[in-house]
Amino acid sequence: MAETPILAVQGLKTYYHQDEGVVRAVDGASFALRAGRTLGIVGESGCGKSVSARSILRIVERPGRIEAGSIVLQRAGGAVDLARLDAEGREMRAIRGAEIALIFQEPMTSLSAYYTVGNQIGEIIRLHKGVHKAAARKRAIELLAMVGIPRPERRVDEYPFQLSGGLRQRVMIAMALAAEPRILIADEPTTALDVTTQAQILDLLRGLQKQRGLAIILITHDMGVIAEMADDVVVMYLGRVIECGPVDAIFHAPKHPYTKALLRSIPSILARPRDKLATISGSIPHPYDRPTGCPYHPRCADFMPGRCDVAMPAMRAAGADREVSCFLYEEVGA
Amino acid sequence: MRATSAISGIFARLAPWRGVAAAPSAEERIAFATQFQLTWWRFRKHRLAVWSGVIVALFYLVAIFADFIAYTDPHATDARRSYIPPQAIHIFDADGSVSPWVHGLKGKRDLKTFKIVYSVDPESKLYLRFFAEGYRYDLFGLIPTTTHLIGVADGNAEDGLYLLGTDLLGRDLWSRIAVATRISLFIGLAGVMVSLFLGVLLGGISGLYGGTIDTLIQRLIEVIRSIPTIPLWMGLAAALPNDWTTTQIYFAITVIISFIGWTDLARVVRGRFLALRGEDFVTAAELAGASRMRIIFRHMLPSFLSHIIAATSLALPAMIISETSLSFLGLGLRPPAISWGILLQDAQNIQTLGIAPWLLVSAVPVIVIILAFNFLGDGLRDAADPYG
Amino acid sequence: MIAYIVRRLLLAIVTIWAISVLSFVIIQLPPGDFVDAYISRMSANGSAVSAEEAQSLRRLYGLDRPIYVQYAKWMGRVAEGNFGDSMEWQRPVTEVIGDRLWLTMVVSIAAIILTWGIALPIGIYSAVRQYSIGDYIFTFLGFLGIAIPNFLLALIIMYFSFKLFGTSIGGLFSAEYQLAPWSFAKLGDMLAHLPLPAFILAVAGTAQLIRIMRANLLDELRKPYVVTARAKGLTEMRVIMKYPVRAALNPFASSLAYLFPYVVSGSIIVSLVLSLPTVGPLLLTSLIAQDMFLAGTIVLMLGVMTVIGTFLSDLVLMWIDPRIRFQVDE
Repeated sequence: MAETPILAVQGLKTYYHQDEGVVRAVDGASFALRAGRTLGIVGESGCGKSVSARSILRIVERPGRIEAGSIVLQRAGGAVDLARLDAEGREMRAIRGAEIALIFQEPMTSLSAYYTVGNQIGEIIRLHKGVHKAAARKRAIELLAMVGIPRPERRVDEYPFQLSGGLRQRVMIAMALAAEPRILIADEPTTALDVTTQAQILDLLRGLQKQRGLAIILITHDMGVIAEMADDVVVMYLGRVIECGPVDAIFHAPKHPYTKALLRSIPSILARPRDKLATISGSIPHPYDRPTGCPYHPRCADFMPGRCDVAMPAMRAAGADREVSCFLYEEVGA
Repeated sequence: MRATSAISGIFARLAPWRGVAAAPSAEERIAFATQFQLTWWRFRKHRLAVWSGVIVALFYLVAIFADFIAYTDPHATDARRSYIPPQAIHIFDADGSVSPWVHGLKGKRDLKTFKIVYSVDPESKLYLRFFAEGYRYDLFGLIPTTTHLIGVADGNAEDGLYLLGTDLLGRDLWSRIAVATRISLFIGLAGVMVSLFLGVLLGGISGLYGGTIDTLIQRLIEVIRSIPTIPLWMGLAAALPNDWTTTQIYFAITVIISFIGWTDLARVVRGRFLALRGEDFVTAAELAGASRMRIIFRHMLPSFLSHIIAATSLALPAMIISETSLSFLGLGLRPPAISWGILLQDAQNIQTLGIAPWLLVSAVPVIVIILAFNFLGDGLRDAADPYG
Repeated sequence: MIAYIVRRLLLAIVTIWAISVLSFVIIQLPPGDFVDAYISRMSANGSAVSAEEAQSLRRLYGLDRPIYVQYAKWMGRVAEGNFGDSMEWQRPVTEVIGDRLWLTMVVSIAAIILTWGIALPIGIYSAVRQYSIGDYIFTFLGFLGIAIPNFLLALIIMYFSFKLFGTSIGGLFSAEYQLAPWSFAKLGDMLAHLPLPAFILAVAGTAQLIRIMRANLLDELRKPYVVTARAKGLTEMRVIMKYPVRAALNPFASSLAYLFPYVVSGSIIVSLVLSLPTVGPLLLTSLIAQDMFLAGTIVLMLGVMTVIGTFLSDLVLMWIDPRIRFQVDE
């Protein structure tokens, strides 16, 4: 499929300049999102998934900055590189919320306790659609109904602390979709919820995607959620994309040793009692103490001394729509 | 059966870990440091707080060695030397050597009043010496001596040395400030001790037992905090009989000012107790069968000791301000006692200040020590709980 | 919400009662009573007071009854609005106090308004532009403000204005208005003199509040709901003012409750230095003279005013925080 991706991230580098050193939160990541499809970004905590999402929306906090790379968004009026825009400027603010929306993982604290649900949803409607208060409130009620909140006309005047975690996450989704964006970034949307609520929220997201042709970037460390929701998968480690491809291919034929280890570590319902859980040995290196060469090599089962610890493997094509960054595939790949 | 052996198996495996042969890495040092060490390391990073700590220590040194640092008897009045301005110290001698000196004083008989009036004599030179002879005093209250930090070579310091000028009664300001430091600082310390005791006691009871006692104590604290303090102090201080000795007044003032200060400390202590009560390690200690006392002193106390130290160090400046204010009003310590507040009383009105503006110098140590304690307390508080 | 109001109201009433007891106790503490002081003053002037005169004076002022009876009688009279006579001035206490109490409140309230007006924007600025030069300057000034006791500040300012401008500042009114009856012109004159004492009183509280606002805002700025707000596409200014500032306003407003007694308290000493016609100087002299009704009434009224002010600020707090309205446990 050669259609232009609606959002193309190329070589993104976001660094944090601290007193003690530079943290390379995202160190050259590239991925593409296609309209109407779900891209899953998966990896351990600290691999740069959330920072990538924040970078796309240009809400990276000081002392973080985008050092290099491009984030090309296809808009009605043409393509625009978000990395080049002024983060607080009018154009970027018009894109935030109206074209790309964000929901993330802390429904408890993601909504302000001092304003009603209706006020917070209405705010984004009034901001991007320019309607007045009464119309915004009506629209907010419609949105609450759309995300499956019962008695929306009552809920709209309630405060977030009066709602349960699952309801709050639905409110977040309603708020994100209020200005009718084409892209939704969901950063660990279900991590803080219990399993049943999790399933409901995922169902909701899927339904909304079908209805509106949303492109979704789903960030998570839960492989199960990826399997259920994603069409394409991107695996990140220490700020780099180390593998990407369609979800079936990744799950059934993983190439990178890290992807393999991740899949192996998923507890299986078929395991026998007392089977040891497979883990990935070692731990994520300290941000100021990055390994030379391939960042994964200290923990890699297929480590090749003299190669893996010297240079960084480039992302190479390894099959239909697949790319891998690993020396194991350097010779084989075209 | 099997469960208990499994549990004892766990305990067996928790045998003490013999250290590594190589030097521990930075991460390991952090993992095995005690609470106290962690706090100390964090504190060291705050340069300002560390320097403030040094300044505080210096002040207390001055307080301990007050008489040594003074060079003229702070109580000796001499109306003839009234309102002499501060002298300039000349560092270099005429021949260029480093030999600090000041101009001496010349007495001239005023023809109208027939009293001798002193003024600066540009002809005479008095050389300054360290560890010189001066008036008699008891070092640490025990050892009689006449050595002082600064003095004048062959001569009496009283006759010519007035580094910060004199007041209305001819008393040297430098010496008086030195001695005032002792009283003001120790009253502050004593006041804080009493506040600490009350605060820890009531705050501890409040936090530990909760329930009605907690509510009662909380309400009491709120009532006390709602009352404007100064009228209260004024009233209590004015009630002190005029014939009490200086020492008695000293203690009474201490009690009065600590009467209000304990509320802040009590709140801190209560807050920590409440937070700690819910902590898992306390539950674990209870389950292991530790007694109440042991839990409090061995487990909880180390956690909030640093908070208490921080809160105390922040409460001290309030004590010092209280004493200074009360003495300034004339309701606190009274002459012949010497404290910063009493010194500032001399500078109370514009007319006096117009004639002798150097009297305001007494304000400088007050401001410096309060700043120092604030920075120190802030640094300690951040070190004790960087997230709190 | 009702429970909250009732609770604060009860607390206020208990506090007022405690203040009344305390003020009465304080006055009774010194040994000897007013009549003793009167006798010693009379004998210093050369006239003597006979024992019967002393006794009848005592009975006149009720000084021969037990303490709690005296207290009860006093409170009873207070409830009727009769605060007694000042023994020293030989006039009703209310006359002696006159405008002073109101002026004390005016100065205190002006100081509080000033405090809020300065502390809020500076606190917000310091947090948002953390580590900038402005932040360091304000932090330094803030520390200085906390460190210098207010009467010292008054002294220093008075001295420098005298040195530089040759005028002696102080007082709330220019000479011609001091004893004049109230008029708009007098009001204007007072307003012109108000900034200095209000400023001096405000300094310490402002410094304190700036630190509180800065610390709380810094905490709030890190929270997820700020990210949500930014992701909506709001301007940075709106993001900050509408959300984290609102949250940080809470601890800020609750410090207001204790700011009031602090300011009223501070005004006592500062008014002595600046010679303001407020309650401070009067309280000092009445305490020294053991003028029971006068001193007791002043302390009582100060306390009551303070408690009322605190209660009002509790109401403000309630209005600000919806969680209190819905009685959610914090």
